[in-house]
Amino acid sequence: MMSSLLSLHCRRNADNTSGTSTCLAHLPSAGRRLLRVLLLVILPGQVAASDKASPAIQFKLVNTCPASFENHDGGCVLRNRYRKYRSLRDAGVGGLKTGLPPLREGFTPQQIDLGRYLFFDPVLSADGSVSCASCHDPAKGFADGRAQAIGIQGQTLMRSAPSLWNVGFLSTLLWDGSKRSLEEQMQGPLYSPVEMGNTPSQLLITLNASATYRALFEQAFGRPSIRLDQVYTAITAFESSLISLNSRYDLYAHGYHEALNEDEIAGLNVFRSFVARCAECHTPPLFTNQQLAVLGVADAPGKLIDTGAEGITSDASQRGAFRVPSLRNIVRTAPYMHRGQKPTLEDAARFYTGGRGHEVPKDKSLMIHWHIWEPKLTDAEITSLAMFLGALTDEAFMPETPKAVPSGLPLRHRLETARDNIAHLGAQ
Amino acid sequence: MITAPMNSCRHNRDSVRGVLVSLALYLFASVAQAAIIEVREGDRIQDAVNRAAPGDEILVYPGLYSETVYVDKDDITLRGLVEGDNWPHLNGKKQLNDAILYSGNGFSVEWFKITEYKGNAIMGQAGNNFSIRNNWVIDSGVYGIFPEFGENGLIENNILSGIEDAAIYVGMSDYIDVRNNQVFDNVAGIEIENSRHVLVEGNLAKNNTGGILVFITPGLPIKSSYDAIIRRNFVIDNNTPNFGIPGSLVSQIPAGSGIIVMSGDEVIIEDNVITGNNNAGIIITSQDFVTEIATDTGSDPNPDAVQIRDNVMFDNGASPEGEMKLLMLTRFSTTGPDILAYQGATKAERDNCISRRNAYRTYGVDDWADCDSPTIRATDAIAGREPAESTRGIMTKMLPEPAAPRVITADASGAELVYQGICAGCHAYNVRLIGPPTLAIQAQYGQDAGSIAAYIADPEKKRPDFPTMPPQDHLSEPMRQLVAEYMLALTN
Repeated sequence: MMSSLLSLHCRRNADNTSGTSTCLAHLPSAGRRLLRVLLLVILPGQVAASDKASPAIQFKLVNTCPASFENHDGGCVLRNRYRKYRSLRDAGVGGLKTGLPPLREGFTPQQIDLGRYLFFDPVLSADGSVSCASCHDPAKGFADGRAQAIGIQGQTLMRSAPSLWNVGFLSTLLWDGSKRSLEEQMQGPLYSPVEMGNTPSQLLITLNASATYRALFEQAFGRPSIRLDQVYTAITAFESSLISLNSRYDLYAHGYHEALNEDEIAGLNVFRSFVARCAECHTPPLFTNQQLAVLGVADAPGKLIDTGAEGITSDASQRGAFRVPSLRNIVRTAPYMHRGQKPTLEDAARFYTGGRGHEVPKDKSLMIHWHIWEPKLTDAEITSLAMFLGALTDEAFMPETPKAVPSGLPLRHRLETARDNIAHLGAQ
Repeated sequence: MITAPMNSCRHNRDSVRGVLVSLALYLFASVAQAAIIEVREGDRIQDAVNRAAPGDEILVYPGLYSETVYVDKDDITLRGLVEGDNWPHLNGKKQLNDAILYSGNGFSVEWFKITEYKGNAIMGQAGNNFSIRNNWVIDSGVYGIFPEFGENGLIENNILSGIEDAAIYVGMSDYIDVRNNQVFDNVAGIEIENSRHVLVEGNLAKNNTGGILVFITPGLPIKSSYDAIIRRNFVIDNNTPNFGIPGSLVSQIPAGSGIIVMSGDEVIIEDNVITGNNNAGIIITSQDFVTEIATDTGSDPNPDAVQIRDNVMFDNGASPEGEMKLLMLTRFSTTGPDILAYQGATKAERDNCISRRNAYRTYGVDDWADCDSPTIRATDAIAGREPAESTRGIMTKMLPEPAAPRVITADASGAELVYQGICAGCHAYNVRLIGPPTLAIQAQYGQDAGSIAAYIADPEKKRPDFPTMPPQDHLSEPMRQLVAEYMLALTN
């Protein structure tokens, strides 16, 4: 049943261009060749069509909540079985039947939908070349598939783009854990000269100059003049609607034990064992305890470049400390670690078997986390661990990528995805 | 309770494997009567757990078992049957990770001998209302008994030795009693970490590196540790050289330490016998005590409102270690103290207190207040009229009622679970997902749940713009009907 469900995801994603990469693996090679030809034919036309602002498109925000949300007195509230469970001290960490941390929710359907348009619209960047989705591509687990993210004008960033699935539950954001809310966090990339390159005043001018956006903000906030805090609220509303809590693991956790096969259960037992200790930091139900941890992964062989949280706090004991990421939809977001140092999940798992500080240069010292030790996992255990992590995949509530955005600019992240796919196919 | 006859158990085992039957078991478990499932040498305990329904007891006969048992169900009891010298013996042969993992509520485990695992002997993640009693754990990895994220638990009458970290480790838990255990030859005997409402009473902690620890460890998601009573324990000769795993917090504790409170608040240490610990009898310290760890700004480093009441202490500090030795040399002394307050713990504003301070050799408590020091008369003790200024009247830190269960009573049939876990993946109420919206299905079927139940067992392609639904014939017929009814009754 489950494998057919997964292939359905694939077929559904194939309906919108953003989902193509997840499906390529399933296609026979002839089909892939055909697709490559089709993409080459279609793409230039698509660019031309969307380069023109198309006044024919009428944008109207939906009045229904996203999948898995219910409308309660005008605000959208998550409906999920985990909400029936408690967690110790409401911390949202524990075991299988453990409640979630608080979610940013209660936004109106219109605010969420407006956030969706803003999220995909490159108009938010200084030169209209980069949208949020450029680095947080739905087809790539809301990350970008790169070791280090690429910002405006092709500038390479220091760290990899984190996934946004379940981001509305997080109370610490960014790899260095320095931001406490999505509103605060998004002002980093929006106004960073190496990410989206915009300025607050320029962004306001651009949006207020758009009759379409003024109309949409009126639908979402009741007044046509656009304020920056409304921009932040709308994008927060959309990002907080990205829920992935219905994986096969979750079925198991809720008590439907047949949802996982024997290998995956073996992997779960390795995951939570005190030998591998994965669950001590990647704690269910979100598979993160949201703490900082010093792992000692070298940025390049023999090199520590990124100071992590120390760069924010100037506390030397936090050198190389990074926020523990969630593992949900983890198979979608290779490569791994803060700088994409580990190409595959098995590579990432193997790091933990290498011993404390094995990648730290001899002349450097880090306060390596106490759970990093030498578990000496067997190959079979690492394989089952990776299989278990695959059972954390759930993209059923993938939001729809807009066919066009209010600015009329092309959906840049789609073009990039398509180009990557072509490059990928060409390499085969 | 009824005892299922052995034969029928064995016959059942194969047929139960069918998904359909096990789902039915799951669904109707709550109404079935509790059973005793017997396990004998040669059987797997896990097979019994897989068969068990909430309320069942798994009775394990003496013999050797080598497996990892995991319990992800509520109200399961694992009970060993000891016959003379013969215990049910779980042996990990230094190859298996953990002996027993549980996440269910109401889990009980007793009368097992557990040896040679690499991880933990008994580990809980988020199970409430647990009982871990009368187990015998030898040389079994990192922690012996380790409940984590649990509420309301009892750890009693266990014997543990040869553990590389804490023999009994209460981590991020609330309302726990640790009573009458014997812990020896471990790095740490008993460790209470980032936990609240804990009673540690009547234990013998002997020949460990450190006897009893109450810690706030930085970097954990639940950051406080307060309201602990350490009472009537024997903390004796904890002088074993530290063999902790490099990098672990306890690898930093000096040998010869009786009781250490690091950053923990509202800890009362009373009526213990603390002797022969060569570094110090009691150490109260801020987080400066350990160095090789990253700062956590959300974690209060100082111990507040600690009370060291009457304890019998002698012969502590015979050969202080490392920093303690240097500290004592500033006092021209070559021996360690009975009681040491260290770094941030020394300050008056910490609101710590000590009774009968002149009875002990102390260091760093000059600015502490005096605690009450009641005299207990025979008449009081006999009549149970404990003096108010002692904790003797507090019998337990466990809850008067079990921690609230997380059973979803409105969903006794399981239809909601199946709907939300399976159906809702493709059907949202009023939005197109993979399948059509629930609203559209309600419009099509009205009250006819039977037709949906039949359709989902063997779906055919109905709508040109949707993929064919995968068959749900793994669900029993009654469940298909229930979940169809549930779907048709949804209003949002």
